[in-house]
Amino acid sequence: MKRARVAYAGAIHEAIPHARGLRLADGRIVAEGAVVWLAPFEVGTIIALGLNYADHAKELSFGKQEEPLVFLKGPGAVIGHRGQTRRPKDATFMHYECELAVVIGAPGRHIRKADAMRHVAGYTVANDYAIRDYLENWYRPNARVKNRDGGTVLGPWLVDAADIATPVHLELSTFVNGQQRQSGNTRDLVHDIASLIEYLSGFMTLNPGDVILTGTPEGVVNVNVGDEVVTEIAGIGRLVNTIADDALFGR
Amino acid sequence: MHPAQLTFGFAPYRLSGTVYGVLLNHAPALAALGGAVNTAPYKAPPMAPVLYLKPRNTLAGPGSSCEVPADAPALQIGANLGAVIGRTACGVAEHDALEVVAGYVIVDDLSVPHDSFYRPSVRFKALDGSCVIGAIVARERVRDAAALAVRVFVDGKLVQRTSTGERIRPLTRLIADVTEFMTLAPGDILLLGTSAHAPTARAGQAVAIEIDGLGRIEHALVAAGEPEHSHATEPHA
Repeated sequence: MKRARVAYAGAIHEAIPHARGLRLADGRIVAEGAVVWLAPFEVGTIIALGLNYADHAKELSFGKQEEPLVFLKGPGAVIGHRGQTRRPKDATFMHYECELAVVIGAPGRHIRKADAMRHVAGYTVANDYAIRDYLENWYRPNARVKNRDGGTVLGPWLVDAADIATPVHLELSTFVNGQQRQSGNTRDLVHDIASLIEYLSGFMTLNPGDVILTGTPEGVVNVNVGDEVVTEIAGIGRLVNTIADDALFGR
Repeated sequence: MHPAQLTFGFAPYRLSGTVYGVLLNHAPALAALGGAVNTAPYKAPPMAPVLYLKPRNTLAGPGSSCEVPADAPALQIGANLGAVIGRTACGVAEHDALEVVAGYVIVDDLSVPHDSFYRPSVRFKALDGSCVIGAIVARERVRDAAALAVRVFVDGKLVQRTSTGERIRPLTRLIADVTEFMTLAPGDILLLGTSAHAPTARAGQAVAIEIDGLGRIEHALVAAGEPEHSHATEPHA
């Protein structure tokens, strides 16, 4: 099952797909553009992976990482489908990152790889922007690059884990203004989902609503104000975001 | 952390559960790295605040016990002044920044000691129960948050004397520089940074931190238990 969380006519609703857009839990049918899309679940801890596709690591000139490169993101970074993300005027290289987001269901600690997939509630699409101009070599990737307001787009749907075959081999694609610029497949993850759950739960309890952004393949390209960026994962969804300028935010 | 420990009697009435720490904000701590800041992998001293998150599994209250991992000889005690944000703070100017602070807490930001700061080291910073938060004191009751004495005790013995001063970014500058790119929400905590020469403590020891005007927190360190397979746990706040 696919579920979204949307704001419509004064309330927040759970919704499922419908031929004419979405069907709210209360029975109303609404168009995709008529609602405000929120992240499709209540987001807990956001755990992001860097350099988790071998080709992307090479693209950024890093060798293979033995230990997963993990960083955390705060809740203020999250926006939903059909949102706007600010590109500061001094940025020269701001890029999207299409990622499979794995949402934790059953909590756990010291989870073994063989049991890990039982702890997955479902999946959604993530677009985790980065502004490389601000990169520094302290706790890299640093917050000014990766913890920006609106920098982490999640949605549109939460797809139940039971609906996705394992091992999880899904096509990822990113389109900028309708032209495909990135493609990959989650079969190429350096550290796969079960390995990540085992690694993380080895030192921290994973709780329901925690989400793992599993990394992005090669093909990250600069995007400019006005660009429509669509990150798509086969069977999971098509997530739309638009790049906006400083002026829109009064900067 | 128990939900009741998150609430208090004045606006914003509740901690959000989001805690940000800042690395190397104590001038002597950065100075102690010496010329290493200019060589690989750092290649230059930090320009923007070096932030990290203490995620919700780390949140704990006074009287709690934090497990020390089996492969860590000790945990570093990170005595911090924490500023509790009182209202939504986005793009706050430095001269307005104190107004968004509702109050202050003592926080022990426990970590597995590490001396490389190139990567975020989540494995060392995000242990369960490693962010011990004390009771909030309203901002109006603290005259000068930049001049408070700090004392750290292990098993009753004073092991560190420091202060909330000598910060490269004092609180108002830190709030301004952070909210330039990320909004802080009511109930968020922003730590001011651990002082240089942070002491360590081992499993079985008792830790106390005093900050003048904010009181005292106490907690313990315990040895990690045997790992269980696919260990089902109570959800943490």
